[in-house]
Amino acid sequence: MGNSVDSATEIVSIQNLSFSRGDRKIFNNISLSIPRGKITAIMGPSGTGKTTLLKLIGGQLYPDQGSVTVDTKNVHQLNRADLYTLRKRMGMLFQSGALLTDLSVFDNVALPLREHTSLTESMIRSLVLIKLQAVGLRGARDLMPNELSGGMARRVALARAIALDPMMIMYDEPFTGQDPISLGTLVKLIKEMNKTLGHTSIIVSHDVEETIGIADYIYVLSDGKIAGQGNPEQIRNSDSEWVQQFMNGYADGPVHFHYPAANYNKDLFEI
Amino acid sequence: MLFFQNLGNITLSNFAKLGRSSFFLMHTLTASITVLPRPRLLTKQLYSIGVLSFLIITISGLFVGMVLGLQGYYILSDFGAEESLGMMVAASLVRELGPVVAALLFAGRAGSALTAEIGLMKATEQLSGMEMMAIDPLKRIIAPRFLAGLISMPLLAALFSSVGVMGGHMVGVGMLGVDDGAYWSQMQAGLDFQKDIVNGIIKSIVLALLFPGLLFLKAMMRFLLLKE
Repeated sequence: MGNSVDSATEIVSIQNLSFSRGDRKIFNNISLSIPRGKITAIMGPSGTGKTTLLKLIGGQLYPDQGSVTVDTKNVHQLNRADLYTLRKRMGMLFQSGALLTDLSVFDNVALPLREHTSLTESMIRSLVLIKLQAVGLRGARDLMPNELSGGMARRVALARAIALDPMMIMYDEPFTGQDPISLGTLVKLIKEMNKTLGHTSIIVSHDVEETIGIADYIYVLSDGKIAGQGNPEQIRNSDSEWVQQFMNGYADGPVHFHYPAANYNKDLFEI
Repeated sequence: MLFFQNLGNITLSNFAKLGRSSFFLMHTLTASITVLPRPRLLTKQLYSIGVLSFLIITISGLFVGMVLGLQGYYILSDFGAEESLGMMVAASLVRELGPVVAALLFAGRAGSALTAEIGLMKATEQLSGMEMMAIDPLKRIIAPRFLAGLISMPLLAALFSSVGVMGGHMVGVGMLGVDDGAYWSQMQAGLDFQKDIVNGIIKSIVLALLFPGLLFLKAMMRFLLLKE
């Protein structure tokens, strides 16, 4: 997979992107592209800037250098109105769900429809029920967000993210902290929705097994660089030591077990 | 040299802050207009900001009025002018204490609740989530609260003053024996609608613009800065 911009097959194209927070470089000149209609995973240990990458794609953060193109539009050169128009076509599922706590499940899913369309209330009702049925929570429509479990909240957020039938959905750590049942449900939902609705999915995660099971293409990030990329098979058989350590969860390897410190003996006997 | 450098730095950063605040206030004001066709968002906030501040405003107003009545009586009676008690209590409440103390109480109760609420929304990614749904948090979250503050603060100040006048009456007339008719008629004769009452209302509107504006600014600043 090259980095040339080909809008028919690519939906997101990131070219020579650099981004830093304070003195820390989060991304150092990375380029990647995300194919249309597929599930692409971006993996890497905590703190490598996976969520930051999603925020850069969504135009919530500005890069120091480089460009992010979504559906042939350079996200960071759009004015506010155009950016908002583009965002209506991108769904994002936050780690916490980001449901509005003062609205019920139904109203949360209805929110983007009420804000951005002039549909009648009965039409909105039908649409919301269809979306909730898709995530299996039609019966929970009257609950408030604080009455939902973490997994349910994420499913409601997913229903809200697909409310406007976006062209792509970005999942921020969808599997973190879920019990096996809701984990299985989420994996199934992400996979099925990608297939039936035909949108592009970008999953940011460090849950290796779940992600590798559904992803079509994987990027592994480390220290602001792309450490490895390819389909799940290629990633599993990667000859990069770093990728092997990450995929198999070895305690020691290119990422050392010990935080850099002075000589142990010297440290112990120093008075 | 360093002194001048620091002075320049402080001045520039303060001007930048002032500029940011003005922009923020301007955006909030324009966003407030978009709330008007959606009364449900506004009534909800009028309840949580205005109605829920009712109790603290009433109690404080009552006690401030009672204190004014008591102390005013002692001082005025030295000069045999205790009949002017009503005017003194009303003038100090309507012109000065009403708008200012109500604004302070409002900032304390509703303001801290608001900043906590917005802070929580930021922490739970609700604001970010709205941004990603192409919903402007300024229009949806800030504007209704700001407008509700703007509407309820003059009303709360008026409530504060009225209850205070009753408190002064309770102590002055009820306990210390000032003439009931004199209390009210002196007040009526001494207070000018334009000069005292309207000015008091204007004062509380100005404070309503400043106080919640500043509170929101504090709450939103980090969010806005993170975005840029």
